Amino acid sequence: MNTARFLPAGERALVVEFGDEIDPEINGQVRALTAALTAQPLAGVVDVVPSYRSLLVEFDPLTLNPEELERQIQELLTSLSELNLPAPQVTVVPVCYGREYGPDLPFVADHTGLNPEEIISIHSGTDYLIYVIGFTPGYCYLGGMDERLTTPRLKIPRTKVPAGSVGIGNKQTGIYSITSPGGWQIIGRTPLKLYDPYGVSPFLLTAGNYVRFRPVDKEEYDEIAAQVAAGTYQPEVRSLTDGGRGDGAGI
Amino acid sequence: MQVFEVLSPGLLTTVQDRGRYGYQAFGMPVAGAMDDYAFRAANILVGNDPNTAALEITLLGPRLRVLAPTVLAIAGADLGACLNEMELPLWQSVAVQAGDEISFSGPRSGCRAYLAVAGGIDVPVVMGSCSTYLRGETGGFGGRALAAGDVLSAGEATPSARALVGRRPPPELIPSYSCEIDLRVIMGPQDEYFTEAGKETFLSSTYTITNESDRMGCRLAGPKIEHVQGPDILSDGIPLGAVQVPGHGFPIILLADRQTVGGYTKIATVIGADICRIGQAKPGDRVRFHATTRTEAVELLREHEERLKRLAAFIHQDIGRMWGYFIKVKGEHFEVTVQELK
Repeated sequence: MNTARFLPAGERALVVEFGDEIDPEINGQVRALTAALTAQPLAGVVDVVPSYRSLLVEFDPLTLNPEELERQIQELLTSLSELNLPAPQVTVVPVCYGREYGPDLPFVADHTGLNPEEIISIHSGTDYLIYVIGFTPGYCYLGGMDERLTTPRLKIPRTKVPAGSVGIGNKQTGIYSITSPGGWQIIGRTPLKLYDPYGVSPFLLTAGNYVRFRPVDKEEYDEIAAQVAAGTYQPEVRSLTDGGRGDGAGI
Repeated sequence: MQVFEVLSPGLLTTVQDRGRYGYQAFGMPVAGAMDDYAFRAANILVGNDPNTAALEITLLGPRLRVLAPTVLAIAGADLGACLNEMELPLWQSVAVQAGDEISFSGPRSGCRAYLAVAGGIDVPVVMGSCSTYLRGETGGFGGRALAAGDVLSAGEATPSARALVGRRPPPELIPSYSCEIDLRVIMGPQDEYFTEAGKETFLSSTYTITNESDRMGCRLAGPKIEHVQGPDILSDGIPLGAVQVPGHGFPIILLADRQTVGGYTKIATVIGADICRIGQAKPGDRVRFHATTRTEAVELLREHEERLKRLAAFIHQDIGRMWGYFIKVKGEHFEVTVQELK
């Protein structure tokens, strides 16, 4: 258990920092404190922004003074080990790799020396820990990509990457949640909506859970897309079997 | 009730309230009014709850046709507001009639004006807020800025709205907007990533606001701020008013539509009481930063909120209990307000 460090972020926010690296255990502490503050919100806390190794706590200093907030968080932290976090879940994300949905698959093949089938098999053969949801709504920072897939970002970023695009940016992999500019190598696309503002649950994924990619062909992609559009698609969710790299074990 | 038809939308006119809280953990930016003081004042002037959806108008205002009699108020920047081509008083509630036209002749001071209408702009509540988040095409009017031909509706006005017509706060509660902007900051959370010389540069230089500024961030040009060892950190949460310094060394103040997390060092955070000043800043304005303490910042925030309470008390003084009725006399409909005599 790392000790927490408190940093002021103005008079209306406080950073609670647990370390300075991408590490499942540190991220687990962030997740545990986030869960505790969400389950029993402290009076005066307005919002929380969890990330890799820290939690930004926004509060109203006119009703809750910063020293008091630090004291209350410190107290919460000492009891965190007793907190029962829900077991992580793995959301299966169908992806149509290559061709028009994954225009950079040939480049990744050239760069890595792997053939497209090997890339697809490695990329879809791991449970990825969702470290952070953020930047744009629903965008996820995933950890645990096989290093053999490491490929540099595009030299000139695209001005428009369609929502659902699955990409590789150096040592990371992720999914674009909204259509936006971007510089990652796009290897496929999912018909699922990571961000659906007017849907019953606007966000598909939650930090601390896992993603597993499942290759689908164009036909299945279209079928799922139609179900997503009709609001009838139920994403496949299963428990973590450690079939991946074991990144989350022990959290 | 339909209240406005948009004849021309202006540069950037959006529906905003005080923002969308509770979803930043999912990457959802807060959005909301860039100048929270003027925004709340406009609502108070028309008898609304201060967190009611209103129009945020940026530099070049829209042209609106009034579709039904109502009460409105414009607060914030002076963008040359007119009612039927005659000057329309700011920071004051005004009665308008069907067929009237509201237009703006051009910016004189400040950047953003807030047009509140009695009852509020009626748009769906998305994740607890009416604010428009443009990049995510979420909230407000169809998730976008207003366009010509849009028709806006208003909610139900409070009975007191009519009685507030002509009322105006005392001058000391109306801010003036200068092109020289002083912003007080609390250093951190990543001030240790900057050299002493870098921090000195930040606190002693004058920066100019560039054209690339928007609701997401205010980009500044001026002396470069020196890092100890590069600008990258592990992406973490970004508070409102964070002053981020990427590798180019120029500060960016992150505002309402900011990304929830980011990977650049944040040298300081603009205090809550000064956020509305940066919300009224426009390209070409000059900014200076001054370090203050957390205790001082909380005191200044308290004074800031007190000013708004005084404004509300002043506007609503001597307003007795009121009731509104719709009556029909010889086939014609009338709206009647009954006010208790004090």
